[in-house]
Amino acid sequence: MADLAAKLQLYFSYPFVWYALIVGLLIALCSSLLGVTLVLKRFSYIGDGLSHVAFGAMAVAGITGLTNNNYVVIPITVISAILLLRTGQNAKINGDAAIAMISVGALAVGYLLMNLFPSSANISGDVCTTLFGSTSILTLKREDVILCIVMSVIVISAFLLFYHKIFAVTFDESFMKAAGVKAGVYNLVIAVITALIIVLAMNLVGSLLISALIIFPALSAMRVFKSFRSVVICSAAVSVFCAGAGIFVSVMFGTPVGSTIVVTDIAVFFIFCIISLFTRRKAL
Amino acid sequence: MSIQLECKDLTLGYEGSAVAEELNFSVSEGDYLCILGENGSGKSTLIKALLGLKPQMSGEIIRHGDIKVGDIGYLPQQTAIQRDFPASVREIVISGCLPKCGLRPFYTKEEKKLAGETMARLGITELAGRCYRELSGGQQQRVLLARALCAAQKMLLLDEPVTGLDPKAQTDMYELINELNKSGITVIMVSHDFAAATSYASHILHIGAHRQLFFGTTADYLASGVGKSFSERTVSEENG
Repeated sequence: MADLAAKLQLYFSYPFVWYALIVGLLIALCSSLLGVTLVLKRFSYIGDGLSHVAFGAMAVAGITGLTNNNYVVIPITVISAILLLRTGQNAKINGDAAIAMISVGALAVGYLLMNLFPSSANISGDVCTTLFGSTSILTLKREDVILCIVMSVIVISAFLLFYHKIFAVTFDESFMKAAGVKAGVYNLVIAVITALIIVLAMNLVGSLLISALIIFPALSAMRVFKSFRSVVICSAAVSVFCAGAGIFVSVMFGTPVGSTIVVTDIAVFFIFCIISLFTRRKAL
Repeated sequence: MSIQLECKDLTLGYEGSAVAEELNFSVSEGDYLCILGENGSGKSTLIKALLGLKPQMSGEIIRHGDIKVGDIGYLPQQTAIQRDFPASVREIVISGCLPKCGLRPFYTKEEKKLAGETMARLGITELAGRCYRELSGGQQQRVLLARALCAAQKMLLLDEPVTGLDPKAQTDMYELINELNKSGITVIMVSHDFAAATSYASHILHIGAHRQLFFGTTADYLASGVGKSFSERTVSEENG
């Protein structure tokens, strides 16, 4: 036990461990806030789709040789998010088909570009890192951390400012439109915030596991809690706890950060399922 | 009684093809108008047009006096999303006040008070902390009705308000709507329930395939025999 404590103390004397922890907790918080809305709006897969877009954009950014990939990735992802939510309304191509189309397309183009213009000798290693975010969170620079903090502040304050509107538009878009609320504007806000979160989260868990970060805390909270506010608060708490626990475990035992966090989320989900069995019985 | 809403030669449709043509009717303060029509007669298109969500192809909708777009409390049909939505009754009812908020991020004390009073008025105060998805169908409709009343106090537009309810809950819902109407709220209800329409409503608008079959008071409607075929068909469908 003393051995473990000493090891922890050693690790936390390095700034990059602190960076990882700060970025990890912030991303977990942001993604869980919007997760509830996305799950309820039947947009669970938009996280997956957009993360593949971000992967493709990352490949493009790699070729252009910019110092910070985010300058390319963020705008492309935000535009795709807006387009995806737009097609959902127009229904010429169904929402899920549009998501599948864009996400698979971006994945293929991204991988192709990575192969045609390799930025390093180890292509499959690069791809694996981008998809699963294996160690990139431990190689964050100070600049990345500051960007992450700024984005998180934007996401969290936008969520708080629009909280009631997001709830109302998620629950019943047609009623709000009838009452003169510009539902389209708030859907746009949701799309933009979602895209920002996904770009941020790519650093932490990689593009394949982002959906997990968005949906698991929300699904866990929805098992047990009964009002929108308590679900949002619980899902944020669960997400932050799982991210913290996951990062500790991965630092201590050298497991990949992203998948460790997701496995923690899955474990909590099952615990909440069991709790909900008992509370339901009590209600009857 | 002053006219609140008037439709003149209104034609509605999608992408150039009309689904309902030449609708002429008006709604006055305190009326209880029931819009009867079979599926595909353009009822839902008419609702969207009345709410100001869809432009008409020709003709006009005139909103008189203090009724503007957004001043009609709307009770939509339930969506699949709502059935498993984790939200408390209080949260849903007060969301009816949202249109008044504009850019203000939080509700004021008056709005919270209005939500509380509306819940008391519809007898759902004790449900305030309950989860929406655990309520019965009738209770859920009351919650949505309370929300509509928070949004607008003069006119309600109800889209098939008793669909999916058991007979007892249907009667309760109709009685509640009737009480609201008696207290001075104008009610427009879309339905295909002939019996309820003729026993509660003061006016009937009957839309057939593509055209208006009747508009007038309920007594005239019953005397005219327009509804006769409809009622017989409904009865025979229910029996068959």
